Amino acid sequence: MIYMDNMAGTKPDPRVVAAVTPWITEKYGNPSAHFYPLGRESYVAIEAARASVATMLNAPKAEQIIFTANGTESNNVAIKGYLPTATKLGKKHIIISEIEHFSIQNIFAKLLKDGWEVTKLRVGDSGIVNPDDLKKAIRKDTALVSIAQANPEIGVIQDSVEIGKICKEAGVIYHVDAVASCGRIPVDVQAMNADLVSVAAQNFYGVRGAAALYVSPEVKLKPLFDGGYQERGMRSGSENVAAIVGMGVAADLVTQEMADYAPKMAELGRHFADGIGNMFDFLHFTGSMTKRLPGHVSFWIEFVEGESLLMWYALNNIYAASGSACSSNILAHDEEDLVASHVLTAVGVPTDICAGSMMFSMSKYTTKEDVDKVLEVTPGIVNKLTAMSPHYNR
Amino acid sequence: MGMSPYSDKVMDHFMNPRNMGDLADANAVGEVGNPACGDVMKLFMKIGDNETIEDVKFKTFGCGAAIASSSMATELLKGKKIDEAIALTNQAIVNALDGLPESKIHCSVMAEEAVEAALVDYYNKAGKDVAEIEKMKAAVKATKE
Repeated sequence: MIYMDNMAGTKPDPRVVAAVTPWITEKYGNPSAHFYPLGRESYVAIEAARASVATMLNAPKAEQIIFTANGTESNNVAIKGYLPTATKLGKKHIIISEIEHFSIQNIFAKLLKDGWEVTKLRVGDSGIVNPDDLKKAIRKDTALVSIAQANPEIGVIQDSVEIGKICKEAGVIYHVDAVASCGRIPVDVQAMNADLVSVAAQNFYGVRGAAALYVSPEVKLKPLFDGGYQERGMRSGSENVAAIVGMGVAADLVTQEMADYAPKMAELGRHFADGIGNMFDFLHFTGSMTKRLPGHVSFWIEFVEGESLLMWYALNNIYAASGSACSSNILAHDEEDLVASHVLTAVGVPTDICAGSMMFSMSKYTTKEDVDKVLEVTPGIVNKLTAMSPHYNR
Repeated sequence: MGMSPYSDKVMDHFMNPRNMGDLADANAVGEVGNPACGDVMKLFMKIGDNETIEDVKFKTFGCGAAIASSSMATELLKGKKIDEAIALTNQAIVNALDGLPESKIHCSVMAEEAVEAALVDYYNKAGKDVAEIEKMKAAVKATKE
């Protein structure tokens, strides 16, 4: 099996799995139970994980990290948590890019009904926000800018440092969705001048069920849940100790080892892109080829449809992802719920057709043999589908 | 529950599509598209003097369900008379495929529509009254309801 759908979640590092296991089997104490060792050790473990995540993100203090359950929750806690403060300040305008994740887009779609105004910055074919466009879009009543550090579908990396500078100068709160980038490129909250940063363990070799939000001292958040004051009241509810411990170990491994494996992933990504780019003149890469995550290759192929590509790769034991409408929501109850990716639409992929889009995202475990195998089977798959395609004429 | 959102039958027709390709001596060609997702299906039939479908081929741009629906439709059409072909419903295709996910039912509708389009083409080419097709189709729908 060749797993190249790492944007959907990485294989947990065995060292993470080993660290997590005792917190499921024997160390089951509730971290709020401070007065017996079984509980207190859970509390101590969570605080150690907090310090590890803070170090990974270059956060000045561990207490600036709040644990949540996943990236979507971190994004919701960050944005919805900040809005009451913004309202008090008389602000009602928000800026995002048109390629933000659903957990950002859908929050703002609802906010429009509550009188908020949202500007979506265009990205063009490169997928990259022009910082000058951001400068022009900022108004006196702009409360928040939310632009991801990198995009999971097209792999492009934004100029987050420049965006952060602009936000700081304008006195606007800057949220960075770093779920796709963390574990692949450095996520430095201070270098980005970021006020709020979301990361999720499942994207950097941790286990599903733990994520975090960095909150700068500048930001006053209102919690989404009311409860027993866990996470300093910002995220009440019993903590997922095992997953959080795993996230701490995963963060340590990123801090110690990413500089070693990321360049190798980047090299494999280039090898993949060179190989597949030469195969067909009707294959088009999506997003910038230079400012992109290591080991991320995304493209669409004319005359063939994404779900069919995805299925044929899977039949060859190669697991990747597609952004075509057809593959978007197989569990939907209505064809109306099949929608082509808003990210691909933004970078100019013709989504009035079921574009044959594919995304291959590697991990630190991906080998050159894996990439070569994908390259080897690709012509057969594409030829099979073009032979079937009514408008293929080459 | 299987390891695919599709039935084994759908997977079989996706992997081994029946009657895929062009048909040089086709006298009934229908091309239909699905605006919801951009799928395109082209159906070629050779209809003999006795109004029997002697040969049938397809080409389809689309997802697994679209390819399987096209393939299954050709199987169901071969050897049929025109009035039997017009009576082929998308539900019959879905049933023959052991079901499709709800979100993919429209792929089977596309196959049904391709048959109608091809028969309209046949009538046009033969100088026959196309209204006949519509009448037959309406009659089929009426008996269903």
